Amino acid sequence: MSVRIFVPRDSGSLAVGADEVAAELNRVAHERDVALDLVRPGSRGLYWLEPMLEVETPAGRVAFGPTTVADVASILDAILSDGPHPLKLGLTEQIPWLKRQTRLTFVRCGIVDPRSIDDYRAHGGYKGLERALKLSSDAIIDDVVKSGLRGRGGAGFPTGTKWRTVAQAGRGQKYICCNADEGDSGTFADRMLMEGDPFMVIEGMTIAGIAVGATKGYIYIRSEYPHAVVAMNAAIEAARRTGYLGDNICHSTDSFDIEVRVGAGAYICGEETSMLESLEGKRGTVRAKPPLPAHKGLFGRPTVINNVLTFSAVPYILDGGAQAYADCGMGRSRGTKPIQLAGNVKHGGLFEVAFGITLGELIDDIGGGTLSGRPVRAVQVGGPLGAYFPRALFDTPFDYEAFAARSGMVGHGGVVVFDDTVDMAKQARFAMEFCAIESCGKCTPCRIGSTRGAETVDKIIAGDKPAANIAVLEDLCNTMKFGSLCALGGLAPIPVLSALTHFPEDFGLAPRRLQAAE
Amino acid sequence: MHQEPWDPTRAAEIIAGLTHKEGPTLVILHALQEAFGHVPEAAEPMVAQALNLSRAEVHGVLTFYPDFRREPPGRHVLKLCRAEACQAAGGDALAARVENRLGVGFGATTADGAVTLEPTYCLGLCATAPAAMLDDRVIGRLDASRLDALMAEAQQ
Ligand SMILES: Cc1cc2nc3c(=O)[nH]c(=O)nc-3n(C[C@H](O)[C@H](O)[C@H](O)COP(=O)(O)O)c2cc1C
Ligand code: SF4
Ligand code: FES
Repeated sequence: MSVRIFVPRDSGSLAVGADEVAAELNRVAHERDVALDLVRPGSRGLYWLEPMLEVETPAGRVAFGPTTVADVASILDAILSDGPHPLKLGLTEQIPWLKRQTRLTFVRCGIVDPRSIDDYRAHGGYKGLERALKLSSDAIIDDVVKSGLRGRGGAGFPTGTKWRTVAQAGRGQKYICCNADEGDSGTFADRMLMEGDPFMVIEGMTIAGIAVGATKGYIYIRSEYPHAVVAMNAAIEAARRTGYLGDNICHSTDSFDIEVRVGAGAYICGEETSMLESLEGKRGTVRAKPPLPAHKGLFGRPTVINNVLTFSAVPYILDGGAQAYADCGMGRSRGTKPIQLAGNVKHGGLFEVAFGITLGELIDDIGGGTLSGRPVRAVQVGGPLGAYFPRALFDTPFDYEAFAARSGMVGHGGVVVFDDTVDMAKQARFAMEFCAIESCGKCTPCRIGSTRGAETVDKIIAGDKPAANIAVLEDLCNTMKFGSLCALGGLAPIPVLSALTHFPEDFGLAPRRLQAAE
Repeated sequence: MHQEPWDPTRAAEIIAGLTHKEGPTLVILHALQEAFGHVPEAAEPMVAQALNLSRAEVHGVLTFYPDFRREPPGRHVLKLCRAEACQAAGGDALAARVENRLGVGFGATTADGAVTLEPTYCLGLCATAPAAMLDDRVIGRLDASRLDALMAEAQQ
């Protein structure tokens, strides 16, 4: 009897023992003479259940988790006898946490074998590209505009508008750059997709290339993601072998190829112009804009730069999904947002949902509160440059404008949960310290201001003239906000000021009464 | 971690094999570090000459990026995530523990040459925080006892 079992190869799963579980499974199956068909997909994103093992049954995949090596033999017994098991979770698709999501981008992640282009195609892959190959450049871009897709990397710029600019930037060499630097703490959606559904990223970039007339793409992956680098390289090779990359893709007149480039530990290289400098082999210092990368980007040529998730949303949109995509969401935030629940959270993972869900629903209901079991005190949304929100602001809906109205940002969708042991003055200090470590050095307010900022927070913590030093800190934050070339120096004051505004007691000030709807 | 001793002939081969790429500087520096575990000063003029850059430019690139090491690392490299999601899950206490037990600060190598301790700012393992990497292996849901086991392994 042959059984098909899935054990993730996602690095989040490997980090908690997936390889050891897979090895034990092979060993036990061999010992019992069971014909095992072991598949290593990405992760479904239910990280508190990782390593999550799934078995194929006539009714669908059935999940077990979180598994350890010691559970493997008994799980295999339960699978073979169709019996009960304490770790049995039932049909994966029926797990409420997964069922509540709207998975448009993560539709295949955790399901397909990321090393198999056939599996990708069997699950609806490359339909968007096939349609795009029959359309004019304008028609492809019209679809992207119609979907309302905005950049998922942080700034939320309309993707169709960006593509149109590059398409209209004359003839000659153009580039597609996929930003896979994903430096924000609390984010891992790009990594999951690259590891779990890499062909989707390739398909999205290829469609972009056809739309704007670019024949070469780069994907800039941070060095902290070695597994994603391997997965993307393997997928690119497979796509070349099968005619989905290279000259005359799918026997068309369009050609496109992709090369992986690996970053070198600098957070600032996620900023698009710094990324271009880095791709050119230079120090990752930020360029002044204009010129926009869409006009003068990589090697001075017109360049589309988008985040991994932005490119990955495109195949669905081009496969006739533009209107359906636009129908999800709220206000000017259309479509779905892959939200990442992280830090001290009971049910951490990837939750893709239409814009509009509130922070409170996400943290209490979906995240299940803290892992430590203590009360949630603060959450940081949108990475190291995002605001710290107290419970009073948990009614904020996930929407670019709603977060901005409360001096926060959605960013790349990372939500980091802290319990009541957090010291918010320390978090404010870290925000300054991080800015000092990662500053590219081009502007004084960012380079020097951040160091002064960390010192000033130290003085406040030490009780050294707190009122005067808080005034200094606020002044410094203002200087950084207005005197910085890019959002690293420009936004680093946000976590600092939000900590100060919402948690003044941690800075030795009297607590302030805060209205929920500021 | 397996790495070769510095060898200019081998380095020249590595460089020559990559100069055809667009903007090859980082690619070359990565390849050199992959082979030798670090990029020594002696490599700077070689890269500069091959790419028709000034030595100062190559030096500038090399020193801009935290990944590139100027000195050989220890036999193992332990990277501990110091970013917010890991802080929220108790990472700061683990950072203090590792410095204390290894007797070195972040960015340094133990006196016996066994372990280089490096900070990292997010490994994308934030839903299974706190996270670390020992050489090429990723580790999540760290706690004091798992960290001690990792250190013991690294010190072998
Ligand atoms: C300091 C800094 C870091 C950034 N890091 C990233 C990143 O890791 N990934 C990303 O896609 N965008 C990042 N961005 C945003 C990019 O500059 C750019 O807006 C984005 O890649 C555009 O793609 P999108 O329109 O698809 O979002 C960062 C911006 C700043 C200022
Ligand atoms: S704000 Fe900071 S990171 Fe951005 S360009 Fe200026 S110095 Fe560089
Ligand atoms: S913050 Fe530590 S792995 Fe992301």
